[in-house]
Amino acid sequence: MLKFLRPQSRIAARVANARSMASASPSTVSIDLPASSFETYELEQGPELQFETEKETLLQMYKQMVIVRRMEMASDALYKAKKIRGFCHLSVGQEAVAVGIESAITKKDTVITSYRCHGFTYLRGASVKEVQGELMGKRCGVSYGKGGSMHMFTTGFYGGNGIVGAQVPVGAGLAFAHQYRNEKNCTFALYGDGASNQGQVFESFNMAKLWDLPVIFACENNKYGMGTSASRSSAMTEYYKRGQFIPGLKVNGMDVLACYQASKFAKDWTVSGNGPLVMEYETYRYGGHSMSDPGTTYRTREEVQNMRSRNDPIAGLKMHLIELGIATEEELKAYDKEARKYVDKQTKEAELAPPPEAKMDILFEDVYVKGSEPPVLRGRINEDSWSFEKNGFANR
Amino acid sequence: MLPFQAVAKAGLKPQLTRMSVNSLRAASSSAGPTKLSVRDALNSAMAEELDRDPEVFLIGEEVAQYNGAYKVSRGLLDKYGPKRIVDTPITEMGFTGLAVGASLAGLKPICEFMTFNFAMQSIDHIINSAAKTLYMSGGKQPCNITFRGPNGAAAGVAAQHSQDYSAWYGSIPGLKVISPYSAEDYKGLFKSAIRDPNPTIFLENELLYNEEFEVSPEVLSPDFTVPIGKAKIEREGTDITIVSHSRNLQFCLEAATILKEKYGVSSEVLNLRSIKPLDVPAIVESVKKTNHLITVEAGFPAFGVGSEICAQVMESEAFDYLDAPVERVTGCEVPTPYAKELEDFAFPDTPTIIRAVEKVLSLKE
Repeated sequence: MLKFLRPQSRIAARVANARSMASASPSTVSIDLPASSFETYELEQGPELQFETEKETLLQMYKQMVIVRRMEMASDALYKAKKIRGFCHLSVGQEAVAVGIESAITKKDTVITSYRCHGFTYLRGASVKEVQGELMGKRCGVSYGKGGSMHMFTTGFYGGNGIVGAQVPVGAGLAFAHQYRNEKNCTFALYGDGASNQGQVFESFNMAKLWDLPVIFACENNKYGMGTSASRSSAMTEYYKRGQFIPGLKVNGMDVLACYQASKFAKDWTVSGNGPLVMEYETYRYGGHSMSDPGTTYRTREEVQNMRSRNDPIAGLKMHLIELGIATEEELKAYDKEARKYVDKQTKEAELAPPPEAKMDILFEDVYVKGSEPPVLRGRINEDSWSFEKNGFANR
Repeated sequence: MLPFQAVAKAGLKPQLTRMSVNSLRAASSSAGPTKLSVRDALNSAMAEELDRDPEVFLIGEEVAQYNGAYKVSRGLLDKYGPKRIVDTPITEMGFTGLAVGASLAGLKPICEFMTFNFAMQSIDHIINSAAKTLYMSGGKQPCNITFRGPNGAAAGVAAQHSQDYSAWYGSIPGLKVISPYSAEDYKGLFKSAIRDPNPTIFLENELLYNEEFEVSPEVLSPDFTVPIGKAKIEREGTDITIVSHSRNLQFCLEAATILKEKYGVSSEVLNLRSIKPLDVPAIVESVKKTNHLITVEAGFPAFGVGSEICAQVMESEAFDYLDAPVERVTGCEVPTPYAKELEDFAFPDTPTIIRAVEKVLSLKE
């Protein structure tokens, strides 16, 4: 039952010390990932297990993962305090995927994902206040309180999509635009193991391969689509092989260094004219599918506990940072504290911020692009109908 | 599924197939009215917008090499190349989502459906991914895309290929919905649709593609556009307002002529042009003049365009001007039958429109 739980060595990347690399500059470090980090499909050469990277990059990844987790823990508390309504899907446990991808790409690359989008929204450039504000339906929210948990957008980030799988062809379209404009950029179109069975995912695979679009179809396999385990929903659970005619790459999604290296490989692969790549980030969500799911009826507490204690992406990177001498335990604790302080402050500000006023001009704003609206949009009764020409009630 | 029949019906002569957009444009310099078919109007509208804006591209099934299932895009591949005229696999949900994604990234796709019946496969992307994104993003993420293709019943293609989606799309906030009638409408409104920054649905009628309309030289100009949301009075009158859209305007105009001859009735025929926004003020103005109203459409009767017009009239001052209840002429509440006798019987025609006017104006008994 716990067959996907890997031994500890899977996450414990062996790391070669920079001191042994005579040519390495002091600001970089050499990483040596375990062979079990990647599995390839129809790919002659996968990512290199050994690579050089900036120490600062690793520290940045740590800080980002800690902030994303703190932010989502705060969202969890806000939800339980009934300050967030409706849906709320958290990614606690899956942070390495978002942070690994973000570290591997630039702001000119594009990302689109499912409703489990809060970490990506922050990483792509929104503030914690904007994310929390949106969750609480505040005017300071990243979508001004109009989108909520599943609909967050920022530069280079196209949602946040509430329809399972719909983001996949839309993501292929983002890649189409990169290709159309001759940009050397790629799109990460993320979806879960649950969404992987949607027909439109396969339609997207077909078109992307046909036209060699620079898109990475990135399956975040967190083992459960809502409460249905991968093996109960998918006739074939090797999601990285699902592209059939598209090469695939599976990566240990609990190891941010592996995620980073694989995502960098994926970007290079797709922007070099090789067409799309199907990736599988094998990961795990500690919480339920959404806040209304305790996440305990379809899996055991031991399973969750095992993942938390043995495979946690933040603990894993922390260990490497200390082993490599990039940071001391105290320094990392100080980062943790700083992250908590930042998140708490931003969350508080969002809590105190006002909701959008229940006024017609706010309600009807952005149904259409400003200046191109129909003359009148109808309110609850005819008397409430709003005229854009008058910037007032149409029939009063 | 493939409209071989339609292509055959189009009866394109070889020289017509080769007729280029430029030759159409050359006509614009010559004075006096010219005949323009709906197909050529659409074709030149697309070509002009492709010329005008490098971010405009056409994507859909059979649009490129095949020159369009209905030959609407003929010649465009030769002129603009495969980057901008993109043949897709038969994969509506996929290519619609892809086109929406491209428009979120700032491109301006023209997404062709071989017919709007097939867009039911992809309506989630039209509504959830295109129409709602601007609002859900608090205005951050516009989606400038134009969905086009034949809508409504064709001839003899039975239930799955004969449905009018005006009311479906007309009910969705965030969309604009256009249902043109004449060549002038097709040309001017299609260009406006592409230039409009919102997702726009352009509902064509297959049976009109071959129809030729007289157009003024200005219609042939690449600068010609028709504003979205404004109805057009096709025939002025004083006794009754007949509101319609798309191909049924032909029957309305025919009925108006007969009513004049038979009863001396002066009918005002209003071409809606846009379903959303609906030009309610134009309907109200006309009713204030004629005091009588019928609506004519090929859609199903329930929750239809006619129903909406009735509701709008009830809620407006036009209600006080009505001397008789409004009568709706619609398609029957039935999946479209195949046999010609039954198909003809299921949709509005000139005699049915006359019957409706006779009833509203109490012309019989």
